[in-house]
Amino acid sequence: MGEAIVITSGKGGVGKTTTSANIGTALALQGKKVCLVDTDIGLRNLDVVMGLENRIIYDLVDVVEGRCKIHQALVKDKRFEDLLYLLPAAQTVDKSAVKPEQMHKLINELKQDYDYIIIDCPAGIEQGFQNAIAGADRAIVVTTPEVSAVRDADRIIGLLEKSQTVESPKLVINRIRNHMMKSGDMLDVDEITTHLSIELIGIVADDEEVIKASNHGEPIALNPNSKASIAYRNIARRILGESIPLQPLEEANKSVFGKLKKFFGVR
Amino acid sequence: MKKRQNVTIKGTKDGIVLHLDDSCSYYELKKELDEKLSENQRTQTERQLTPVKVDVGNRYLTDAQTEEIKDLIRQKKNLVVDKIESNVVTRAEVDKLKAENEVVTVARIIRSGQILEVPGDLLLIGDVNPGGTVIAGGNIFIMGSLKGIAHAGVFGNDQAVITASSMQPSQLRISDCLNRAPDNPQNNEKREMECAYIDDNHQIIVDRLQVLINLRPNLTRLEGGH
Ligand SMILES: Nc1ncnc2c1ncn2[C@@H]1O[C@H](COP(=O)(O)OP(=O)(O)OP(=O)(O)O)[C@@H](O)[C@H]1O
Ligand SMILES: [Mg+2]
Repeated sequence: MGEAIVITSGKGGVGKTTTSANIGTALALQGKKVCLVDTDIGLRNLDVVMGLENRIIYDLVDVVEGRCKIHQALVKDKRFEDLLYLLPAAQTVDKSAVKPEQMHKLINELKQDYDYIIIDCPAGIEQGFQNAIAGADRAIVVTTPEVSAVRDADRIIGLLEKSQTVESPKLVINRIRNHMMKSGDMLDVDEITTHLSIELIGIVADDEEVIKASNHGEPIALNPNSKASIAYRNIARRILGESIPLQPLEEANKSVFGKLKKFFGVR
Repeated sequence: MKKRQNVTIKGTKDGIVLHLDDSCSYYELKKELDEKLSENQRTQTERQLTPVKVDVGNRYLTDAQTEEIKDLIRQKKNLVVDKIESNVVTRAEVDKLKAENEVVTVARIIRSGQILEVPGDLLLIGDVNPGGTVIAGGNIFIMGSLKGIAHAGVFGNDQAVITASSMQPSQLRISDCLNRAPDNPQNNEKREMECAYIDDNHQIIVDRLQVLINLRPNLTRLEGGH
């Protein structure tokens, strides 16, 4: 029986789809059987980032409405030997075409055959969000080091906590720029984690290689030589239960030490 | 045998007290009160209104009955009811009173978009994040950072206070007073262990926690001991 992880954020454009594609790819690289599910109905693009757009025949709404079997709709990623699949979102209908109960049933079925189901959530807190979290066991909240993104992440964490079906969410901080953080022009990692007070599971640098890779339909996690790729691979290993220090090292250490000091009341 | 009196009138140094027996029926009581007040009417010559206290013992009066008794007394005499005292309160009233005097402890983070509301005092172990709101009928004590909105004494209690380990609110409200965060906050200013209260000019003041010891001695609930 597998585990379903929803990737969510509240605010749009912070990197949910990029994170879903790369965590899924990195888990497959670790030998896990993974199914990516795009729940951004009407605005699908996980298929594009994965480079699988041309092979779509059926979509999630077709499955839910019984027009095809699940396995007919799943698109296989040929770069992997039977490890990575995508269930694409529908492009033609809107988000209200699917109900949370239907999503729950669908995800449960997928959990029989896959180790990990990675659910890419649409922006916002309405029906699309409710659908995306309906079948999830765990959640990863993505934010960028911007006040508005952190505020929306806080709202989302509150909703996840209220739903009580999802285990306590983990945090990914995306698009970090070291020089801006150092100069104080961007929220730093410590500020964000103190504010949201959930466990940090990954820090991903702002890296133009990510954009290039996405545009070529080759998730950056496939390229072993980029900073962002290492960050995504580390997130995957942490999901699998390994304890790996946070990148970039320097900041991670400072932050952990800072917390300990606070905990013991040392200034 | 003479019937036991259900209504007795006594003059004390604080004014007139009407004792209404609690073992007869309400109907009987009303009738007798009517008679008693009518027979004494002649002797009363003063023009000005005299306040009376009504003691109903172990009888529970509904709001409607309370009004009836008040009307009755006012009609017959130059009397006006100062207050009606009863030893009895309803379960609902007790629950409400108890709730308003209770400290509710919550260990949680109040996140953006969330509202936590309690009838009495609130002890929050955790933060109020920007966009989050805590509301209390009484005081609000926050063991953590207050970055959102806190509203104490929401039913109109001007004595209510707000305390926080770290005070960086977007808004403070006490009773009907409001205090907004400055638009250009000094970033480096540490606001730790502070309190907010309404001063004599009906303004919300933020100060160090310790000033409450003198300003709000009633915060102490310890009975006995030293
Ligand atoms: N670490 C990164 N470095 C550089 N660019 C990034 C990074 N992460 C994401 N991006 C870029 O940011 C843009 C938005 O990313 P993405 O589509 O993953 O966000 P999203 O949260 O899924 O958006 P939406 O809310 O519209 O679904 C994309 O162009 C993506 O390539
Ligand atoms: Mg997306």
